[in-house]
Amino acid sequence: MSLVVNLAAGLIFGIGLVISGMANPAKVLNFLDVAGSWDPSLAFVMLGAIAVTATGYHFVLRRPKPLLDSGFHLPVQNNIDRPLVIGSAIFGLGWGLFGFCPGPAVTSLGLAATGTLVFVPTMLIGIVAASLVRKRPSEIKEA
Amino acid sequence: MAVATEFTALASSVGGALIGVSAVLLLYSNGRIAGISGIVKRLIAPAADSKPAQALAFIIGLISAPFVWTAVTGHAVTQSVSTNIPLAAIAGLLVGFGAVLGGGCTSGHGVCGLSRFSKRSLAATIIFMAVAVLTVFVVRHIIGGGP
Repeated sequence: MSLVVNLAAGLIFGIGLVISGMANPAKVLNFLDVAGSWDPSLAFVMLGAIAVTATGYHFVLRRPKPLLDSGFHLPVQNNIDRPLVIGSAIFGLGWGLFGFCPGPAVTSLGLAATGTLVFVPTMLIGIVAASLVRKRPSEIKEA
Repeated sequence: MAVATEFTALASSVGGALIGVSAVLLLYSNGRIAGISGIVKRLIAPAADSKPAQALAFIIGLISAPFVWTAVTGHAVTQSVSTNIPLAAIAGLLVGFGAVLGGGCTSGHGVCGLSRFSKRSLAATIIFMAVAVLTVFVVRHIIGGGP
């Protein structure tokens, strides 16, 4: 059952990326290009996503536990530490260079653009490398 | 050079809302955050409670999305991906490394974290947005290149 729900959630997420235009790195780069060919669409993606998520989370988190698991897997860390700041800056640099963040990049895999087929494998290497660098991996929760 | 794109307020809001539906569904069913870097990490660098099979199912759903979209609507997915291979390789490395070091990416911090009013996610989102805007500014307007 969990596998089916995860498959459905991934599919809905991916369709959302496709409809919103976020799966297109050119659109993302134009959103980031505030001094040039600015395309504000991405702000609407964020607003639409946060409006639904914040409302849904509000009700879901009142429940004692999720439907198919014994508890919620939420990040436990609360402080703004060096890895958060440095990691986010590195992430922003990569995102600004190419216009792909992990969701759109993975969603685009089957479309098989050459850039995607290079970006995703090196992204996976980066993910594994960062997992190894972190000394206490139990502290990193997928935020 | 920059590829022109159209401002799509409605489509982008609807697409964003669908991302929200996915995030709520995942928290409701499995108690998980819909952060894509985190989900990929659960599959390729799993920890004790990662449940990599669930992560794989989510990723299969993601990868299927453009094909399902085209099959249902008849519309191809328009995309303009830079063909600069060294840039793709470096950017991929930075995105993967930075997202996991920083504990999340656009979806994990920018959507799910902000929706939980997480202080860490707000800081992360401000930092990666600012650095990304600055990067595009430098590449396009100072160096004069880039995708």
